[in-house]
Formats: sequence, structure tokens, C-alpha cells
Amino acid sequence: MGTSTAIRVENLSKTFDTAAVLHDLSLDVRAGELLALLGPSGSGKTTLLRIIAGLDFPDRGRIIFGSDDATQLPVQERAVGFVFQHYALFKHMSVAENIAYGLNARKRSERPAKAEIKRRVGDLLDLIKLSGFADRYPSQLSGGQRQRIALARALAVEPRVLLLDEPFGALDAQVRKDLRRWLREIHDRTGQTTIFVTHDQDEALELSDRVAVLSKGRLEQIGTPDEVQENPVSSTVLKFLGDTIEVEAIVQGGEVRVNGRLTPVKAPNGLVGPVKLYARPWQLQFAEPDQAHLEGSVRSSYRSQGRQRIEVDRPEGKTVVVEASDSGRVAAGRHVGLKIIGGYVFKD
Amino acid sequence: MAEPPLRPRRRFRQPSVIPGFGLTFGYTLTCLGVIVLLPLAALVARASGLGLSGIWDVATDPRVASALRVSFGVSLLAALTASVFGFLVAWVLTRYRFPGQKIVDAVVDLPFALPTAVAGIALASLYAPNGLVGEQLAKIGIEAAYTPVGIYIAMVFIGLPFAVRTVQPLIVEIDKEIEEASATLGAGRWHTLVRVVLPPLIPAVLTGFALAFARGVGEYGSIIFIAGNLPYVSEIAPLLIVIKLSEFDYGGACAIATIMLGISFVTLLAINLIQAWSRRRFGYV
Amino acid sequence: MSSAVAIRPPARPDRAESVVTEGRAVRWGLTGIAILFLALFLVLPLVTVFIQAFAKGWSAYFAAFQEADARSAIRLTLLVAAIAVPFNLVFGVSAAWAIAKFEFRGKNLLVTLIDLPFSVSPVVSGLIYVLVFGSQGLIGPWLIENDIQVIFAVPGIVLATIFVTFPFIARQLIPLMQEQGTAEEEAALTLGASGWHAFRTVTLPNIRWGLLYSVLLCNARAMGEFGAVSVVSGHIRGLTNTLPLHVEILYNEYNFVASFAVASLLAGLALVTLVIKSLLEWRYSADIAAGARRH
Repeated sequence: MGTSTAIRVENLSKTFDTAAVLHDLSLDVRAGELLALLGPSGSGKTTLLRIIAGLDFPDRGRIIFGSDDATQLPVQERAVGFVFQHYALFKHMSVAENIAYGLNARKRSERPAKAEIKRRVGDLLDLIKLSGFADRYPSQLSGGQRQRIALARALAVEPRVLLLDEPFGALDAQVRKDLRRWLREIHDRTGQTTIFVTHDQDEALELSDRVAVLSKGRLEQIGTPDEVQENPVSSTVLKFLGDTIEVEAIVQGGEVRVNGRLTPVKAPNGLVGPVKLYARPWQLQFAEPDQAHLEGSVRSSYRSQGRQRIEVDRPEGKTVVVEASDSGRVAAGRHVGLKIIGGYVFKD
Repeated sequence: MAEPPLRPRRRFRQPSVIPGFGLTFGYTLTCLGVIVLLPLAALVARASGLGLSGIWDVATDPRVASALRVSFGVSLLAALTASVFGFLVAWVLTRYRFPGQKIVDAVVDLPFALPTAVAGIALASLYAPNGLVGEQLAKIGIEAAYTPVGIYIAMVFIGLPFAVRTVQPLIVEIDKEIEEASATLGAGRWHTLVRVVLPPLIPAVLTGFALAFARGVGEYGSIIFIAGNLPYVSEIAPLLIVIKLSEFDYGGACAIATIMLGISFVTLLAINLIQAWSRRRFGYV
Repeated sequence: MSSAVAIRPPARPDRAESVVTEGRAVRWGLTGIAILFLALFLVLPLVTVFIQAFAKGWSAYFAAFQEADARSAIRLTLLVAAIAVPFNLVFGVSAAWAIAKFEFRGKNLLVTLIDLPFSVSPVVSGLIYVLVFGSQGLIGPWLIENDIQVIFAVPGIVLATIFVTFPFIARQLIPLMQEQGTAEEEAALTLGASGWHAFRTVTLPNIRWGLLYSVLLCNARAMGEFGAVSVVSGHIRGLTNTLPLHVEILYNEYNFVASFAVASLLAGLALVTLVIKSLLEWRYSADIAAGARRH
């Protein structure tokens, strides 16, 4: 994988009416990587993607493609491939006409010959495994097939970067899974620099080379899926990447205590006093009361995807979910102690 | 031990707990029969009494043939004009923002609301040789009133709302992402409009055209004042029906009416075919 | 169209919209042509009516309404509308109930037949009644024997008016009631309401704005109908002249001021109709037209 920068986003700010959607956001996209823009709705991820594409314009900041400032470049000249959540296929054109559209739209001097266009369409149909579908119309295809056509159409113009806006958002769970794997394969085969927007952390973590977590128009963290999962830089990132349990804790001399009892969690340098400790469901264990950091009574327990999940009501009223692979069903109402075996601490 | 097969009997009406079907359905059919079907049947009966040759004789009468030619020919031109400008108006009203937009939008329905006789005398006085517009047109050598040009103007007036209102909702529903997709693929604005935006609108434009055309052919009140009604020049088919009736030539009136009805049915059929084709091809009307 | 706008309101319209719209000059040019066209073809005739009506001052204008014939024309027009509109109201609600709330075979055919008067020339609409009720008509001889006059009399005018306005209310209500489905009425019935009670308390409130809207349009057409009424009326002054026919007679007598004065009354009616119609559309668009609701 190359490490040269394909796209540089510099100090981007954007306001719609009075609401700011992007705050001074900077980001580097490496050539050939598959980058996920992950964030909840309203985090500005789609706006960022549209600004890179040239479909929206920033109030401040620059977009640099390679070494060229593309901020003022009209969308037609950016050579990006954009895939929309709802496909945006041209309903009155056949599959082949859809895919060939970008090539046919070129000026005559730059347009490939008819035979060349036909060959390219055929190759792309092979790539997306829809070879027999050239003469069908979009209304005759399933959602997953339409999205593959949309991708082929975007790839046909040999874009500098492929941009996908929630590409699987409108599809069924099973089709989503298949398409994810397939997109990864296509990426591995073509080495196309790709940015895709998603609000689904599983999708981002499974698919991408790097994940950029956005929140409220700011870049919270960017890194490989392992980095952001193992070393989240903020509670926002942590909470967004999965279920967490939040408890009050005190940091003294680099040690983290909950309810006066020491935990194995290490505090980062410089953090002292009252903090929040966040743990994943599997970072809690049942324990005897004299070793427990927390206690409560079992509300219910159920199996989910092969793991036992137990909901525990804590005395202050909060309910925490504990995940244990080895324990069986626990009777409701039983008083239990919980021991923290891992987690992260942040000031907030 | 064969159980009776569960084959749903094809019945006239699917069962429902909601009451009142018999009453409302019966009343609807009665009204429809008495007000619409029976009188129309009288026309059909009368016309079939004439036979095809009888109708043909009337249709080929020079004066009738000329009136039919004027009605259909001018209406075709007027519907064409209404479609072009109707599309423009619909586009501007849905795509752009400008002050007074809602009022302009309301104005489009004026020909629907204004009684035809009122429109007729207003157009006649405007386009008369001494009228506000007629005077200007006369200066450049165009005689509007009392010629087919006047008929054309009245038919454009009457047909415009049909052209606008059939296309407008479809322009509203165009997915902007389609246009964005086209732009990201490198297409310029003109290319996008011609290749991506317009083709799906063609069925609606054709439907609006057909409606304006049918309305123009049948129109009477807004035309007769401006037309001058010169036989062989600016006499329209509906007027000829009125003339035949006043001469108690019921047969002649029926023959012309039958021809006009026939053409409007063909037009209606064409509209339905266009929409069926559009549904098949694009999955929407 | 609100949803798309709400998600991405353009911050700087000229820039933010620029990707999917035409250049500024083209936009203003096209807008200008459209407005000019509408002004010339639609607004100017309307304005002309009022200019001509007041060409000789207020007294000449009002003199047009002092005439006995004008007054009887107004009375007849009101009478005809007062019969035709309620008739079509009852028919429209009844037809919409049968068509929208039930599934039965031949429904599409029924809807097409109800639509038929829209595609019939007004003159032909009058003609068919002459063929039934006229002296040479189907039941003409019988009517003459019994001394009943339909054609060249008020009943014929009413019938022709009902015919041309026949689809107005039904066509508006059918899609509206179809969209609302039957769940609410079924709920009312399970709660013990009678069918009539369910209609009054559940259906009617749901369709009231659409109903008002369609009655308004039906009324405008009923009062303004010219072609069909012209054929069956016989133009007997003071007896079978409606307002539009009176306009014609005065115009043909070169009594332009009086003709336009009477026409201005009808134009005023059209304007009021248009204004109320637009207000209803702006305020209750979702309750008037099925499909106007956008999610």
C-alpha cells in the first residue's frame, strides 16, 4: 500500500444557514487506501464527502488532489466517482448505457471509440459479476444489483478517488454483508483510492484500512481499525465504537480506583482526580463482593450470538450489561458483584 | 380423505366490514347512467342510424371538412406551443426561487377558473385590429382576430394549464441525486438536462400535449368571439354543431359530434398507452 | 419537496446550488420569459375585462346590472349552481365512498366513465341532451304531449351544467379517500359506531378541505359554463339566459361596457375562486390532494 497522500483536506469549515456542520477539519487520504468516514448522523461525514466530490462548497479551507488545489474545481472536472446511497441510476437507460454514461459525456476529442467503450463496459460488468445484464433496465434489478451497477458506472471514468455515501444503507442485512465483502475484494483488486461514509461501526471496522471517526463536524480520531478500537482518544470515539459501561472513578498516582477499590486500568499521564471509567461488556466479571468494584441485582439474562448477556441493575438506578462467555443463565433477582478487568479512563 | 380445495371464489366485491357499499354504488351507477351514459348512448344511437356512409358524407362536406381541419390543425399547433411554454413555466416554478412565485403559480390556473365566454370576449377585444395587442400585431402585418391566428391564441390560453400541471409534479419529484450523479461523471449542465433530466419527462409532456390538444379541439366559448367564424377560414367544428342544431339538422350535428368524440377517444387511448409504456419502461408514470 | 430542502438548505444559493442548476443568467432569462409569457397570455386578458368594464366610468358599469335581463341572468345562474353543485356533491361523496373504500371488479372502468364528461366538448355535452329531450329527441314527443319542457328551459340548463361538472368532486375525493384507507373507519366500527356515524365523525373531517376545494372548483365551472348551456338554453332573454350567455348577447349587440361589466362579475368569481383555492393549497395541500404529502 502506498503512503503518498492522494487527497488532503485542509481546515475545512462549512455552515448551513446557522448550523455549523464542519469545524476546521483536516484530513489526509493516502493513495490506494480504503478509508471509512464513521460518525453518527449530523456528524458532517456526508457533507465532507460531498465537498470532496465538488457537490458542495466549503466556507473556508482547501481540498488538494495530489499537488493541485481542487477547491474551486467544478464537479465535472474533479474526476471523482461518486456512489449514492439510493444508487441514483438513470432509470431510462439500460445497464450498459448507465455504465458508459461518463465516457459518452466526454468531449468528442477525449471520448474513447465506440468499440473501446463497449469493451470497457463489458470488463466492468465482469468485475461486478453482472455480465448478462447489459440490456436490462434499473427497474428490473434488485437493490444490491443496482448498487453494483452504480459502482461500475463510477469506476468507468477511472476516477482519481471513489467516494461512496452510505453505499449499503438502503439494503437488507444479508445483501449488505455480501456487498461489503465484495467491495473489499474489488478494492484489493483495483487498488482504487476509496472513501466511504457510514454510520455503522461494524461496517467501518470490517472494511476499511483506516477509520476516521467524526463527531459534530470535528475529526475525533483517525487510524487503523485496531488503533481506534484499542486506543480510542476520547470517550466519544469509545462510545461510538460499541456498548460501554460508564462508572465514576478516581485517579491517584496513576492508579484508577472505583468505589475505593483498585482496578487494573492504567490512567494516562497527567490525569488526576475524579474521572469516568468506561468498560466494554466483556471487561466485567462476576466476583465475590469483597473483590467487586460494583454490585447490583440481576434483572434478566439472555443469549445473543453465542454469548451470555446479563443485565444488572445497580443500586443508583443504572443498568449495566455484562457479557460472559463461560457463565450460564443467571437467575433474576440474584445479588451479584462485578469486577472490572479492563477499560479506559477519560476526564469526561 | 380429500379436503375441499381452498379455491377462493372470484367474486364481484371483496368482503369488507364497512357498510354502505350497496347504497353508494347503486346511487353512483344510477347517476352515471342517467346523466352521462344514457345521453351519450342517444348520440351513438343517432349516429349509428346515419351509418358510416352517412357520417362520411357529412365529414366530406367541404364546409365541415374545412371546420374539422381548422379545429384539429390549429389545436395541434396550439398544443405544441402550450407544451413548450408549459414545460418552461413548470420548470421555472419548480426549480428556481423568485419573488412572487406563489402568485405566478396560482395564475397558471386562470384559464381553468375563468369562464370561457369571459376569456373569449377579453381575447377578442385585445387582439381586435384596434385592440391593445392587435394594434401592435397589425403594425408587423399579423392579423390575429377573425383569423386562424385568433383561434390559435385562444387555444394556447385554454391548453396552457394542462401542459403545466401534468409536467410540474414530475419535475418536483426528480431526484436531485440523478443530476449530481451525472455531474460527478463529468457531464456538463446541458448534457445532463438533455440526457438525464428530459427523457423521463417525455411521457408527461406527451400527456399534457394530448390533454391540451383534446381540450382545444372541443373548445367553444373562448374561441368563437375571436375567431370571426368565417366559413372555410376560421370556423371551428364545435361552432358548426351549434349551427347545424339551430337549423334543426340533428343528423349533421350528430355526425360532427361523433367524429369529434372518436378523435377524443383516440387521444385518451393514446394517453393511456403512453402512461402504460412509461410505467413499463421506467417503473413510473 | 420540503425534505430535500430541509436537509441541505443552501447557504449561499448561487454557489451551493450551482452543481445541479443552470447558471444565474440562464435562470433569470428563463424566469423572465416564463413570467412574460404568462403575463401576456393569461393576465392581460383578465386585466382587459376590468379595463373594458370601467371604460365609461362607474355609472355605466353599474347601469349594466340595473337591467331586468341582467338581474334575471344572475338569478338563473345562482339557481343553476344551487342545484348542480349539491347534486354533484352528493354524487361525488357517494362515488368516492364506493370506489375508495371497497375493492370490486370493474373499478377502473367505473372511474374512467365518471371521467368521461371531461373529455367531451361542451357543445357535444349540450347536444346529447337535445338528442334525448329535444322535440326530435328520444323522449321529446312524450314530453311535448305532457307539456313538459326540458330543452330551451331551466331543466335542460341544469342537466347540461351537471354533466360538465359531473367528475369534479368525485375525481378530487377518490384518490384522497383511497390514500386514507379504511383503518380509521374500521376502528370506529369496532368501537360501536354506526356506518353513518363513522362517516360523519371520521371520514368527513379527514376529507373536509379536499371537499371544500372541489366544491369551489365545481361551483366556478357551474356558474361559468358556456358551450353546453348555450346549446340547450335557446337564449330566451329574461328566462333562459345565464350570466355567460348574457355576456355573449350583450357583446354581439356591441354593448361592450355592459358585456364586460357582467363579465367582470364572472371574472371576479374566478379570481375569488383562485385565491381561496391557492390559500387552501398553501395551507392544507396534504389534505387536498393525495400524494401531496412528501415523506
